[in-house]
Amino acid sequence: MATPLSDALLICEHCDTVYRRRPLARGEVAQCQRCRAVLERHQGLSVNALLALVLTALIMFVQANVWPIITLGLNGQYSNSTLWGMIIAMWREQAKVVSVLAAFTLFFFPLLKMLTLGWLLWFARSGRRAPGFTPMMVTLHYIGPWTMSEVFVLGALVAIVKAHVYFDVLADPGIYAYAVLTLLITIFAGVDLRRLWALTAERGG
Amino acid sequence: MSALPRASERGLVGCHVCGLACSDVPFRRDPEARVACPRCGSALHRRKPGSYGRTWALLIAAFIMYIPANVVPIMRTASLNDIDDNTILSGVVELWVKGSPDLAVIVFIASIVVPMLKFFTLGTLLVTSQRRSGWALPQRARLYRLIEFIGYWSMLDVFVVSLLTALVRFNVLSRVEPLPGVIFFGLTVVLTMLASMSFDPRLIWDGRDTDD
Repeated sequence: MATPLSDALLICEHCDTVYRRRPLARGEVAQCQRCRAVLERHQGLSVNALLALVLTALIMFVQANVWPIITLGLNGQYSNSTLWGMIIAMWREQAKVVSVLAAFTLFFFPLLKMLTLGWLLWFARSGRRAPGFTPMMVTLHYIGPWTMSEVFVLGALVAIVKAHVYFDVLADPGIYAYAVLTLLITIFAGVDLRRLWALTAERGG
Repeated sequence: MSALPRASERGLVGCHVCGLACSDVPFRRDPEARVACPRCGSALHRRKPGSYGRTWALLIAAFIMYIPANVVPIMRTASLNDIDDNTILSGVVELWVKGSPDLAVIVFIASIVVPMLKFFTLGTLLVTSQRRSGWALPQRARLYRLIEFIGYWSMLDVFVVSLLTALVRFNVLSRVEPLPGVIFFGLTVVLTMLASMSFDPRLIWDGRDTDD
């Protein structure tokens, strides 16, 4: 059977080089000597800070989904849409594949990611492993690359510029909520969630 | 800087999912052994299983999808007396002429340059790694990290078409409809993402075990 080694060893995911883990100073990034990939970053944010960020992101996500994103005007007629308005419109217009893709990458996966992370961090505050810790960590690993809210924000920007030529364009609250959400996602990009394994005790919640 | 030990030489395996370093994995006696990670329960592999085959298959599938994605129009703009079908490239040109050139550059990079770069890079990585080439190792490793990082931005155009479809609904005056090209394009992006995920960057370094 495989034996787990202590957290003292670190294996580069990109080239398989083995390192002995060393404590990092504030702002320090450990780089692989062979392939130059980032091995580990100093984690400046505490569990509480991460939890606060996840909750903020969740609130923003609700706002971003409840409010319309953009309103277009043409000769006194107005038309606006929320994220789900867009997903439903694509379904009706015979682009069901795109509709499903958008529903998962812009709604279900980001929501699942935030809820899972919130749950895990809530228990990690007291050094405990939340019920369902292991399957949730594995799920987070797999859905990680499939959340695309930040791409959607840039897409909304392009749509505004394209529509601007023919229509009156009004930015709605949804797009501002999305802007804040993008900012939060950027902060989170440098966070290595795998440290939750080491942060929480082995005995389970 | 002397020898940098590699996990596979030391009988160690790093879990692909949780990153845990494991020893005593019985791959040396039985390379097909099914061993679970003691921490997260995922299957342990020295390299991602069937990496070459899967990556080739997904990359070729993505390329097949990429042809109609560019040839077939992705969006129809219909107004009172005019129907205008746009492909990805003509959409970029239109944005350049009528809207803002800087945004056109961003869309051009996301929709044209990034997918092309992915085909070219993954193709090169597959060929060179399969031939166990020792050519430009650090650069190849960096290229892989680049396409992994920028890959999903190609979804940009798909979301633009989706938003415009939902927004431009002024009955006979003006309408936007998605056309099949956008479906092919969305599938191309998903397939290239799956392809770059199934490629194992450790294979780049597996050819010549010369320590630098």
